[in-house]
Amino acid sequence: MALKRFKAMGAAIALAFWSKVAYAEFVWNFPKPVTPLAEDTLHVHNKFMLICMVIFLVVLGIMIYSIIHHRKDKGYKPANFTGPSTKAQVFWTLVPFALLLYIDFILMGIPAYHSVITMEDTKNNADMVIKVTGMQWRWQYEYMDGDAKGIKFVSNLKTPQEQIYNQAEKGPDYLLEVDNPVVLPVGKKVRILLTSNDVIHTWWVPQFGVARDAIPGFLRETWARIDEPGTYKGQCKELCGKGHGFMPVVVNAVSEDEFKKWAESKKAELAAASAVAEKEWSKEDLMALGKEVYEKNCSVCHQVDGKGVPPAFPPLAGSKIVNGPNFDAEGKLIKDSHLDRVFNGFRVMPAWKGVLNDVEIAAVVTYERNAFGNAMGDLLQPAQVKALR
Amino acid sequence: MTTAAQAHEAHHDHHPTGIMRWLTTTNHKDIGTMYLVFALIMFMVGGAMALAVRAELFQPGMQLMRPEFFNQLIGVHALIMIFAALMPAATGFANWLIPLQIGAPDMALPRLNNWGFWLLPPAAILLTLPFILALFGIGDGAIATGWTFYAPLSVQEGIGVDFAIFAVHLLGISSVMGSINIIVTIFNMRAPGMTMMKLPLFAWGWLITAFLLIATIPVLAGAVTMLLTDRHFGTHFFNAAGGGDPILFQHLFWFFGHPEVYILLLPVWGFIPHILSAFSRKPTYGYKAQVYSFWAIGILSLVVWAHHVFTVGMPVPALLYFMYSTMSISLPLAVLFFCWIATMWRGAMSFETPMLFATGWIILFGIGGLTGLVLADVAADAQYHHSYFVVAHFHYTLFAGGMMGMMAGTYFWLPKMTGRMYSEKLGKLHFWLTAIAFNLTFMPQFFLGLAGMPRRIPDYALQFAEFNMISSIGAFILGLSQLIFVYNIVSCIRGQGEKAADKPWEGAEGLEWTLSSPPPYHSFTVQPVVK
Repeated sequence: MALKRFKAMGAAIALAFWSKVAYAEFVWNFPKPVTPLAEDTLHVHNKFMLICMVIFLVVLGIMIYSIIHHRKDKGYKPANFTGPSTKAQVFWTLVPFALLLYIDFILMGIPAYHSVITMEDTKNNADMVIKVTGMQWRWQYEYMDGDAKGIKFVSNLKTPQEQIYNQAEKGPDYLLEVDNPVVLPVGKKVRILLTSNDVIHTWWVPQFGVARDAIPGFLRETWARIDEPGTYKGQCKELCGKGHGFMPVVVNAVSEDEFKKWAESKKAELAAASAVAEKEWSKEDLMALGKEVYEKNCSVCHQVDGKGVPPAFPPLAGSKIVNGPNFDAEGKLIKDSHLDRVFNGFRVMPAWKGVLNDVEIAAVVTYERNAFGNAMGDLLQPAQVKALR
Repeated sequence: MTTAAQAHEAHHDHHPTGIMRWLTTTNHKDIGTMYLVFALIMFMVGGAMALAVRAELFQPGMQLMRPEFFNQLIGVHALIMIFAALMPAATGFANWLIPLQIGAPDMALPRLNNWGFWLLPPAAILLTLPFILALFGIGDGAIATGWTFYAPLSVQEGIGVDFAIFAVHLLGISSVMGSINIIVTIFNMRAPGMTMMKLPLFAWGWLITAFLLIATIPVLAGAVTMLLTDRHFGTHFFNAAGGGDPILFQHLFWFFGHPEVYILLLPVWGFIPHILSAFSRKPTYGYKAQVYSFWAIGILSLVVWAHHVFTVGMPVPALLYFMYSTMSISLPLAVLFFCWIATMWRGAMSFETPMLFATGWIILFGIGGLTGLVLADVAADAQYHHSYFVVAHFHYTLFAGGMMGMMAGTYFWLPKMTGRMYSEKLGKLHFWLTAIAFNLTFMPQFFLGLAGMPRRIPDYALQFAEFNMISSIGAFILGLSQLIFVYNIVSCIRGQGEKAADKPWEGAEGLEWTLSSPPPYHSFTVQPVVK
């Protein structure tokens, strides 16, 4: 009886596991390549894996043969050779060595050489240039030339904290979704320049065959020519602090016409944003926008409730700096004031002037001064931020 | 040496008793034992951290910890496993076995030996103390940069980095002292007739390891000291804004870091032939070829470091040089594999636990080695690099190639060291559980990496969920089955189990088997002569 129940339980567990597995998409190899470089990489990878598999199986086969036949319990009498003794034996010990030389430097060496040359061919015949800046923990994209010249925006993780901390059901694009995907035209060779504002990040899109470090203070480059329209996803793959797992890369590859249309609309959007910086904002509008900006950019460290994670990330609630003046009597920005730290950064805190626009900075500063129990009551106008630039 | 002489000697073991014996001992066997016990304890501590990591990764979403704590666990896990488990285990075996194998009464520099060991516990405390300090609100926990300390992240992070820097200094000093001792011992204290080309392969492996340690540890010490001054004294070695270069740190680190891989593996390559030949009842194949391969790999390991940083953006000639030089390591390594299998070939094999571990070791380390060969390819490396593919690869080389090799050595020499036989049944169970659970844990990680999962992330996209779950289940079986290993060792030390013969393995060769089991406190009071 007990045994029967035990068996039934086992079957139920196995069934639960296998039903889960049945839904799973087990991926056994690189995702589908969409650039010439990724194509080349996949080809090289498959070839090398095959060679290694063959070497492994041959050697394993010899070992297993020996393990089965050369056993004491089968009465096998041990030989006592310690090396090759005849010329023929010396020859046969050199064969695997020669074979390996051939595999290393010809069979694998030549395709590997070609893929390195392809990978590093970043400058020739580039159709457009974009600059990617990594920062804790988001990517900034800037279009350097062509139809989209001047467009610059930040791309943040869109997955809400509730999903990450299991308070809400996880969406299908969990951790691989952003608010502003970078848009690139298909069929164009895009030269990608990389740098960083803080620590080292790595910009990685597996389907492009591209992974290159973004290093603070240096420019690195790589390239991609996307052959098919689609949405391609990747992640940062250099440990860059606590948000390392939460800074995905999402690229929308579209046709050239669509890219032009997108560039125009994005430009119009950015122009509108800079126009509103001129107007006088109401406190309600600033607070509403500020909350949004805060939760997207600041709450990772200072937390949604403004309590921070001391000592690394100080609280804003009740903070002397947040509850202090920004401008002195002559209207000049005070060093180490609230606005100065937001605008210019401080130690681990990034300088937000390069990431957020005037309205966003004004909004988030106003929000911080009037939320989490802080009650400064004052508001900062976008025009005041603009004057600092 | 006669039994009467041994019995006579046994009366002359005057040494303090209790804790003072262990604090003040200069006896190579005592110190070896302390190294091995320390390594075993730290192996369990590091393993517990790995299990906490795997528990968090069991399902998508943050379940058990915050991302910053996750980052601390992965970094400290690696530092402990490398510096506080694998390296002390290798040094422990060196202390125990090298004097016995070369017919020396002790290590050449016994007081240095004692000091070398007693630097380790403070280092282990420095590594882990920040976890405890954080509980009392001091600092924000242990080092969270991974074991590689990459600047500028390590300049930015909290006091855990400072603790880790000083821990690495202590561990480094300890390693260099141990290395000097081993070199001096091997060069000066060999029994008459024990020429260099009759030296047991374990001693050869360690000799090269010792030279590599002396060549590379000072570079690591320099790099982390520069990091320390960048953090606290306003220098800008690794800060581009001040004229420095963050990539410089990576080059310095890996100039140490790549030879470190062989520092961990060479002692194991040294004792695997002893085990294979004993259980094949057949002499080692290609002794000279193996010695020359050790040298070749040791030298090559010093000139291939930049294959760890292919994605930083290097000039094409540098990429090609590091790719081809890395591939060329496969040649001497292939010679070793050839010799190991040729040693088994046409022997009369039996599969006691040490032999099971040695055989399984060849297969699993082979997978690690072959995946290393594909990792050398620059373009494909861009995809493998810092993905789970690499995590799987280095666990095949360092858990299977390092740790399982140490286990083979432990089972082989445990009867000699303790004078008791372990339980063969439990030993075999331990092997099979370890081998199967190891593959269950790390094989799926190859596929996770190919599918695009980066390493060192506390949470992952839904497409990676199934393989991660399998991997976590494997990890828990793997972790728990190591308790059998601990039980086997502890029961031998406590004198349970059958009494071991002086030479418990029929086919074993070497001077250590001419002594009693366990050997007398002072061995070789009459110098042996090797013919």
